[in-house]
Amino acid sequence: MTAPTHHHAPAPHAYVSPIPVRRAHLGDALASEWTKIRSVRSTMWTLGVMILLMFGIGLGVAAIASASEAPMGEESALGFGFFGMLPASICVITLGVLTIASEYGTGMIRTTLTACPSRARVLTAKAIVFFLLVFTVTTVVGAIVGAGQVALVDTAGTPTGAEWLRATVGAGAYLAMLGLLSMALGALIRHSAGAITVMIGLLLLPLVAALFMFSEALKSVQEWLFTYAIPSQMIALYAAQPPFGEDGPAGWEPLLIMTGAAGIALAGAYALMNSRDV
Amino acid sequence: MIEAVGLTKRYGAKTAVYNLSFQVRPGVVTGFLGPNGSGKSTTMRMILGLDRPTSGHVTIGGHPFRQLPNAPRQVGALLDAKAVHGGRSARSHLLSLAQLAGIPAQRVDEVLGVVGLQDVAKRRSKGFSLGMGQRLGIAAALLGDPQVLLFDEPVNGLDPEGILWVRNLMKKLAAEGRTVFVSSHLMSEMALTADHLIVIGRGQLLADMSVTDFISANSADFARVRTPQTEPAQREKLTTTLTEAGGQVMSEPDGALRVTGLPLPRISDLAHDAGVRLWELSPHQASLEEAYMRLTQGAVDYRSTDDRLAHLQAPLQPGQPGYGMPPQQPTAPEVSQQGWYAPPPPGQNPYAGTPQAPAQSPYAGAPQPPAQSPYATPQPSDTTKDAR
Repeated sequence: MTAPTHHHAPAPHAYVSPIPVRRAHLGDALASEWTKIRSVRSTMWTLGVMILLMFGIGLGVAAIASASEAPMGEESALGFGFFGMLPASICVITLGVLTIASEYGTGMIRTTLTACPSRARVLTAKAIVFFLLVFTVTTVVGAIVGAGQVALVDTAGTPTGAEWLRATVGAGAYLAMLGLLSMALGALIRHSAGAITVMIGLLLLPLVAALFMFSEALKSVQEWLFTYAIPSQMIALYAAQPPFGEDGPAGWEPLLIMTGAAGIALAGAYALMNSRDV
Repeated sequence: MIEAVGLTKRYGAKTAVYNLSFQVRPGVVTGFLGPNGSGKSTTMRMILGLDRPTSGHVTIGGHPFRQLPNAPRQVGALLDAKAVHGGRSARSHLLSLAQLAGIPAQRVDEVLGVVGLQDVAKRRSKGFSLGMGQRLGIAAALLGDPQVLLFDEPVNGLDPEGILWVRNLMKKLAAEGRTVFVSSHLMSEMALTADHLIVIGRGQLLADMSVTDFISANSADFARVRTPQTEPAQREKLTTTLTEAGGQVMSEPDGALRVTGLPLPRISDLAHDAGVRLWELSPHQASLEEAYMRLTQGAVDYRSTDDRLAHLQAPLQPGQPGYGMPPQQPTAPEVSQQGWYAPPPPGQNPYAGTPQAPAQSPYAGAPQPPAQSPYATPQPSDTTKDAR
């Protein structure tokens, strides 16, 4: 025992681990977050349900349109992807919030931040892993569903390359950014159910509120809500021209708006996580 | 080495930790004791940089935790056994932590073996018992093979075999030259595990000393003396004699006397000289548990009251004793429980000097000087056998 010396100075020999010490970096945190996200069932469930919804609703709507045989003119069938994207976004929101809020709910965050004191590294790793996972899955599923829709509806116009890009990469990036916004909100609120509720409210309430704005005095508010509500922007993502209002977003613009929103929320999450007690 | 200087933490109006300064040295197990809500966990969180101190600072090896290079390789902690995602298997949980800290993956299987969870490594931790959860938490703390280890209530929920294992593990880790800081509210467990104690109450430092010093400073040992019940006069006479000789005498409910301040042979001699026969002369030692209770009695936040079921009781009939008796009726008029343990000033307790030598009766010889190093004795475990 080294006890007799402890009153005077630190023990003569400090323990040195035989395991080689190396500085951990963001790459380690990415590997860790990948392990975390693939080892819980909620990931499989939310993404599984999302894939089912995108396939089921996207192809279902296309099948109905094909059966009706109504002429669609120049419009391409890829626009039907929106109907699967809207319910899919609820799954993405849930997964995004759970990615971080479940750590707060279980207390795991304290274990995580003991293993890596850098809050920024943990949050960055979570954001990157989550973004890439959701982006990849939705882009691939979007491409398959889009191909199915184009094949099913023969009355619609042939989609251009830009339309294909927006319906796959664009939709994937949009949903992944929406998920990042949810993740940032989860980090700010630190409560799964609370953050999911706020995000679903943010997704659906503006449109619902706008529906009931019958008063002429609220016309401008109603128009703004119809143009910039998240579902409207998803529709705009598939359109080359602004589908709502004269100067509303169209094409890639909704993605830029969502990226900005997610960026601001993430910046807030970084600042608060750094200063807040865990 | 962990060093806290003037550590203070306020949550709104409530002060959880106030002006706490201490050092935790390598090579020994340091116990961190205090009643529930005394600020142990808050202090642990501040050491790990999870909570920011309102004022003061705490460093590990000279750096605040968040500025430590390779923090997880230097410090391992078990804060809360339930702080895991229940849906994740034990192995995935540890693997994610190992990856985060840049620790090779084979270390995960190693620590799973160390804590005995290798057979349930693939099972989700949701189904783990409290004891298995503690083992998983200990595995996470050991993952980085760190130089400094913090354990918050590590034996909670463990079976006796597990408690023994944790106890030996702590001692082994400390013997390897590591800093081991273990919090607990179980004094009896700390008595068996720790070499050094830091005791806090209501967020303030109450004691920072070795276990042996702690016992001698805080336990009041006494001799029980019984005179023939048939002759109450002898009892009076002995009381007077012992008091005149400098002892403190208190009467127990059954007629025996509690004598402090006089060694046993001296009591016997005095009784012999006074011509008083003794039916009993026995040494009694307060346990570390009692010493701790006495030290923290003023600092307990959550104190239970009697469950009197008052609303169910029939109104008292005058003169009717029994179940409906008002509980304020004093039962032991002579001395209260606390009164028996009048605290002697530190180091002046004649019985407390040698609690660590099991073969030797503490009453046999002259009191040992309390300044002597408590580590002159072989093993801390010997301490406790005697102290209990």
